[in-house]
Amino acid sequence: MGQSNSSMRTPLGRVRGLGSAKSGTEHFWLQRLTAVANLPLSLFVIGLIISTAGSNFAAVKATLGSPLVAIPLLLFVISAAWHMRIGMQVIIEDYVPAEGPKVALLLANTFFTFAVGIGCVFAILKISFGV
Amino acid sequence: MADSKPVIERPLSPHLQIYRPMLTMMMSIVHRITGVALFFGTLLLAWWLIAVASGPSSYAAFQWFAGSFIGRIVLFGYTWALFHHMLGGIRHFIWDTGRGFGVNEREWLARATLIGSVALTLVTWIIAYAVRGGV
Repeated sequence: MGQSNSSMRTPLGRVRGLGSAKSGTEHFWLQRLTAVANLPLSLFVIGLIISTAGSNFAAVKATLGSPLVAIPLLLFVISAAWHMRIGMQVIIEDYVPAEGPKVALLLANTFFTFAVGIGCVFAILKISFGV
Repeated sequence: MADSKPVIERPLSPHLQIYRPMLTMMMSIVHRITGVALFFGTLLLAWWLIAVASGPSSYAAFQWFAGSFIGRIVLFGYTWALFHHMLGGIRHFIWDTGRGFGVNEREWLARATLIGSVALTLVTWIIAYAVRGGV
């Protein structure tokens, strides 16, 4: 039925009612979820950086290795990396219309945020557990 | 499909350059810019943590950078970007509840974000210098 007169219909009109991509709400929710988490966690990290600034190696290592510091620090790194990934994703989708570069940048975004996140997580665990 | 030309050339909405710059608009742009700055600035956090995990000489290299003039400028900028993005985020939480969209309210929120971010950055650095005794 919809095949005839399709030239009179706008692209929006053609897809309207066919259902959403079912991912917009989740993106919004994760964005806000990580934002709420980042609020107290980043304040904690600022305090941590102030309290360890200028300290010698042994003192910093002892501080970062204590569970009450390492656990919120791990939570911050995970929440921040997640927030970074979905935030940068929106920026790329907004400003890079060409399909090829957009996909390449979205890949790079995921790789970067995972590398930074896992790098921090590994470092915190190594500081805590030694070796 | 994605490459097919639309049959009718539909009008595009005007973009940034057509509007007179306004504070609320600048705050929105700065929120995004500070987000990008924090995105790359997280490398500093990774450097710090990996340096401590790697040993005294790596940590000394990080400390040298963090204590240098350039390092402090970068860290100061990072602090401001973090507070600005944080307050901008709180502004979005207020908007999420459906409040704060009035002319006076959104103007007030924009000012509060800007003034608050500068104030919190200065307070943080004053505390840092006071705690560390200028180290």
